[in-house]
Amino acid sequence: MTTRRLPRILKAVRRTALQAVPTVIGILILNFFLLRLTPGDAADALAGEAGAATVETLAALKSKFGLDLPVLEQLGGYLSNLAHFSLGVSPRYNQPVAELIAARLPNTLSLMGLALVFALVIGITLGALMASFAGRPTDRVLSVVALLFYSIPSFWIGLMLIVLFSVKLGWLPTGGAETIGANLTGWEAVLDRARYQILPALSLALFYVAIYARLTRDDMIEVRTQDHVRTARAKGLSPFAVTRDHVLRNALIPVTTMAGIHLAGLMGGAVVVETVFSWPGLGRLAYEAVMGRDFHVLLGILLLSSLLVVAVNAAIDILQAWLDPRIEVR
Amino acid sequence: MAPLIDVRDLSIAFPRATPVRGLSLTVEAGETVALVGESGSGKSLTALALMRLLPDAARIASGEILFRGRDGTVTDLARLDDRALRRVRGRDIAMVFQEPMTSLNPVLSVGQQVAEVVRLHEGLSRRAAFARAVELLDLVRIPEPRRRVGDYPHELSGGMRQRVMIAIAVACAPRLLIADEPTTALDVTIQAQVLDLLDALRRDLSMGLLLITHDLGVVAEWADRVAVMYAGRKVEDAPFETLFGAPLHPYTRGLLAASPRLDAGQHYSAGALAEIEGSIASAAGEEGCAFAPRCPNARALCRAAVPALDAVAPGHLVACPVTTVAAQREARHALAFG
Ligand SMILES: Nc1ncnc2c1ncn2[C@@H]1O[C@H](COP(=O)(O)OP(=O)(O)O)[C@@H](O)[C@H]1O
Ligand code: SF4
Ligand SMILES: [Mg+2]
Repeated sequence: MTTRRLPRILKAVRRTALQAVPTVIGILILNFFLLRLTPGDAADALAGEAGAATVETLAALKSKFGLDLPVLEQLGGYLSNLAHFSLGVSPRYNQPVAELIAARLPNTLSLMGLALVFALVIGITLGALMASFAGRPTDRVLSVVALLFYSIPSFWIGLMLIVLFSVKLGWLPTGGAETIGANLTGWEAVLDRARYQILPALSLALFYVAIYARLTRDDMIEVRTQDHVRTARAKGLSPFAVTRDHVLRNALIPVTTMAGIHLAGLMGGAVVVETVFSWPGLGRLAYEAVMGRDFHVLLGILLLSSLLVVAVNAAIDILQAWLDPRIEVR
Repeated sequence: MAPLIDVRDLSIAFPRATPVRGLSLTVEAGETVALVGESGSGKSLTALALMRLLPDAARIASGEILFRGRDGTVTDLARLDDRALRRVRGRDIAMVFQEPMTSLNPVLSVGQQVAEVVRLHEGLSRRAAFARAVELLDLVRIPEPRRRVGDYPHELSGGMRQRVMIAIAVACAPRLLIADEPTTALDVTIQAQVLDLLDALRRDLSMGLLLITHDLGVVAEWADRVAVMYAGRKVEDAPFETLFGAPLHPYTRGLLAASPRLDAGQHYSAGALAEIEGSIASAAGEEGCAFAPRCPNARALCRAAVPALDAVAPGHLVACPVTTVAAQREARHALAFG
């Protein structure tokens, strides 16, 4: 069975690679021009912060970073950098953009990954519960909870989680990425970092928990009425086995599609959550880059995000081809 | 010995309707009983009730479903708890549904779906169950079973899918196989093959077969006995030779007259097809005989009370007093005047 699935999966990978490159370059060029629409540049921001910059120092700064050149020339320079696998240098940090990003990327990826896991596991579990008790009090109560998760903004959820779990209960830290000065190693270090990730990941996830719970619930209720579920029951399977092997298996196909679409949104949400929890990730770097008009950093992050979205979409295609044998990989 | 399954006075009710009323039915081991009647007469609900797979809104309002197990003990399926029912379903009683296109899970290979049932009831390992699945696909005459076992339902034709359904149903050699219009959705050319297969399996596994159909041609070729349903009640029950030779109930006669395949001497484009006028919907709210609005012999007596099933001959039951009285008079006449 798995052997038959493999060629279709390889096909999905090849198609993605062929489509991704032009798309990503297009996104970059568009973003380059969009960013020029904001007033000011990195030199203005730096000079503003210094407070006492003269016209001469400002001009020197601008020419040092090529900010005085015509826009098209700047774009040309940027693209030629890219062609040499360089993301340029940040005027603000005076450091290669690639290094800046590389330092922050693992934090954001692990935050997003954990948030996605939370969202899917909690969401699907809640959805399955709601579907099992459809129309009954359990379903109603959980529906209201899901609606709350859906409508409360993530920064507020984050603050409330801090108040509850950090301030009142004292179980989890309020922010940061690891216990400073603890010098932990091995498993202890991993556990320590995990403790710092739980609350930010949860704040990021709850909105999606609501979506997946609802989606899973409705899909399961629909699948449950399909003929093949009756066949499964006619075999003598227990209700749990019918749900797990037949209903859920079919209901999860639309949920994985949605999860793929949501990954970009998760990255956007990370900006807010990382700020609330002072999480040293890309989101906060992006926020700082916007405030400092550090466009090279911002473009680097955008490039990376686009690649990430492309990669995730490919992964979702593969997952779907695996989950649903009817899908013909184009 | 008690029959394999003995349904007594079964009524199936929805909150607003009772589409099956007072139905009694038996199937012996190794016997093929056809349950016939037009669409909406309650055949599928009856079948689902035997498996205790009625829709959530429906319940068994009254009656018993006595099933004789492998060890000879008789249990009332109508009162069996869920856990015990799950040991009966798929193992002692199995069912083939009408819609082969939708009755299989689209995301599991057919091999997985066949293997699932033998793993469940016979506790086979994954590997052994898979090997058994190949054997079962071979048993239901699917060509190249070793290759087909990894196919997904959408890769198979309707006829092949129905064979897979049959493989699932007979996987544990059930005592009773219920086939609810197993060929209605299939091409005419495939229908006979699938029915032949069911018949051969019935013989080889000495199963009782409850064959639900609205096609009298199917009945004529494969059934030992026939129960005719109209608007939720059984109106006639007879060995198939009797039913075709001397049908008594006006509804049965109408069905036979409307069945072109059986009038061997007459091509059905030759004359107006003798259809039964009206529809089963006219039975709604009818007092007395539900067939009265469509019956050529209806009279006041018919609307007075629901006709009881009377035995006009051994093994031949009819629910129509008008016909029974006439038949008895004829019989007396024959006796008196030779
Ligand atoms: N889910 C349901 N809710 C209400 N009535 C139903 C439902 N399913 C079936 N019925 C009623 O039961 C009658 C018998 O249905 P069914 O057993 O499917 O007939 P058959 O299989 O003989 O065509 C139908 O006429 C219909 O009115
Ligand atoms: S009881 Fe009357 S109406 Fe009903 S079938 Fe017999 S003759 Fe017709
Ligand atoms: Mg039916």
